[in-house]
Amino acid sequence: MSSLASTDDTPAVELRGVTKVYGSGEAAVAALCGVDLRIATGEFVAMMGPSGSGKSTCMNILGCLDTPSDGSYRFRGVDAGALSRGERALLRRHYLGFVFQGFNLLARTSALENVELPLIYRGMPVAERRARARQALHDVGLDGRETHTPAELSGGQQQRVAIARAIVADPTLLLADEPTGNLDSARSREIMELMTALNRERGLTVVMVTHEPDMAAYASRVVHFLDGQVDVDEANHRLPS
Amino acid sequence: MIGNALMQALRAIRRNVLRSFLTILGIVIGVAAVIIMVTLGGGATVQVTQQIASLGSNLLMVRPGQRLGPGLRSPAAAFTIRDVEAMRKQLPGLAAVAPTASKGVTLVYGNTNYSSTVSGTENAFFTVRNWTLAAGREFTPAELRGGSAVCIVGDTVRRELFGGQQPLGAKIRIDKVSCDVIGLLEPKGQTSMGTDQDDLVVMPLRAFWRRIAGNQDVNFIQVSARQGVDTQRVKRDIELLMRERRHISRTQDDDFTVLDMKEIAKTLSGATQVLTALLSAVAAVSLLVGGIGIMNIMLVSVTERTREIGIRLAIGALERDVLLQFLVEAVVLSSLGGIVGIVLAIAVSIGAASALRLPFIFNGGIVALAFFFSAAVGVVFGYFPARKAARLDPIDALRYE
Ligand SMILES: Nc1ncnc2c1ncn2[C@@H]1O[C@H](COP(=O)(O)OP(=O)(O)OP(=O)(O)O)[C@@H](O)[C@H]1O
Ligand SMILES: [Mg+2]
Repeated sequence: MSSLASTDDTPAVELRGVTKVYGSGEAAVAALCGVDLRIATGEFVAMMGPSGSGKSTCMNILGCLDTPSDGSYRFRGVDAGALSRGERALLRRHYLGFVFQGFNLLARTSALENVELPLIYRGMPVAERRARARQALHDVGLDGRETHTPAELSGGQQQRVAIARAIVADPTLLLADEPTGNLDSARSREIMELMTALNRERGLTVVMVTHEPDMAAYASRVVHFLDGQVDVDEANHRLPS
Repeated sequence: MIGNALMQALRAIRRNVLRSFLTILGIVIGVAAVIIMVTLGGGATVQVTQQIASLGSNLLMVRPGQRLGPGLRSPAAAFTIRDVEAMRKQLPGLAAVAPTASKGVTLVYGNTNYSSTVSGTENAFFTVRNWTLAAGREFTPAELRGGSAVCIVGDTVRRELFGGQQPLGAKIRIDKVSCDVIGLLEPKGQTSMGTDQDDLVVMPLRAFWRRIAGNQDVNFIQVSARQGVDTQRVKRDIELLMRERRHISRTQDDDFTVLDMKEIAKTLSGATQVLTALLSAVAAVSLLVGGIGIMNIMLVSVTERTREIGIRLAIGALERDVLLQFLVEAVVLSSLGGIVGIVLAIAVSIGAASALRLPFIFNGGIVALAFFFSAAVGVVFGYFPARKAARLDPIDALRYE
């Protein structure tokens, strides 16, 4: 995977004329039609748009979980659309971190074990794995909660565990689909501050879907989707209130 | 990778202890049933063989009449001592011949009464029955010739009549006859049919004739074949000789029976083996049912944990990682079932063996086989659910409610 080492001018991700069609024939739905998007390393991008406009579909393609029906998607210069299912899994393993809307932690599994999960698939020795998972939990401010299961954590804490899991393997791109969708505004702000800090301090590229302008305000750039296309793509000047 | 899969499987099992237990119950019962059947069946076979061997090596029994049914014999004249002498003289394949006559009697010692059987015979009796004395001595030639009132008692008779007392040298009454106890037989226990072999008194044949029976009949003849001589051959020789002596024409059936104990042992242990095999086959079917139970629960588990699988795939698990995880989980479950089943089977077998008075014979082969089989059940029945899990689409799986 070291062959994926990119030079500074290679964008972190690049979509060119990406189309995604679900179903076929009469029932075909075009979730994306001709999306062009370049995101440079170190950017913090917020995606907005009405429901059904294709944000999640776009995130799935960025996250190499799905491939475009048409057009090309380059991840650090590599044509991800041409990769096999297994190769894409390896890409995710080594370069990507996901934060999902519904937290998506393993139930009845401790915070530490949840965070360890990506490292297990990297074949890391147990001791090192433990240490790194602990460190990641520390980084998101969850010291002392290592043995708590999701049921014993608040929504905000669960989402932090999810972020710890997403960053524990040192990804280059963090994808978050409505990470604050289930949280109250105070908890949402904490999560946004955490993501901002990761973006600033580690140079982690962050792409986040949100419906709330307050959350989008944390990003350095906002991309608006409408009917499967990029409607407005603008740098963000508003500061978080 | 296997190590991690194993660790994760144990975590998954621990997360749902009750269900895991219920899942493996089928395997537990299947494995336990197979092992218990084979162990008890093996014990029964060994017991039958041992008991028949304890009757005497190469023992054949010659009785007048034909067996017609349980407890029923056709009437026929008893043998005479001349038949016995003819056998000794004309059949070189015989090691010892013991003419025997028996009668049910009441034994009296002091003021203790006990009903038992008395057998009149010769010292050859001890040889053919492979029976040694625990104390005292056999009959002297003079006692045999003169028909002296002496006797040797079995262990049950000793217990019933003498309790803790020393029987040697005591005088007991057999019906009306007063008799010196000169020996005590080694205890032999019950036969597989449940008759107590130690419940008897032995005295010289002539004494029995004169003082107890009042006739000179020989009720049956016990014979032991020489070492290395085919007992079936000896049996045929005895039949020919007795037909001639009892003047049976070519067209008539025998009016006596020769029982070869070796043959009976073979038949009996063969029957137990067939029964064991049948019961084990039924038990093996339950192992299969247990496997289907595991597959069922694994399928439910895969559906239930669709989101978990989605997460794993999203964060970089390969298809084979997920396949391995669920396969290992199924194998760990079924092997766990195997181990619990083995422990249960050994406990139950020991208990049942002592309740049924069977020897407990640990059969390592069947235990290893049952364990191997239970693990194999996990592989076979876990594969399909595991493949289903591995082939899930991560996006669909993550969205699954
Ligand atoms: N697996 C699928 N099969 C068929 N149609 C799909 C599938 N996934 C998405 N779609 C359709 O594609 C369109 C875009 O969906 P998408 O999930 O990307 O929207 P979204 O912008 O994320 O909406 P929301 O804000 O509600 O999450 C929708 O019309 C949806 O119905
Ligand atoms: Mg969406």
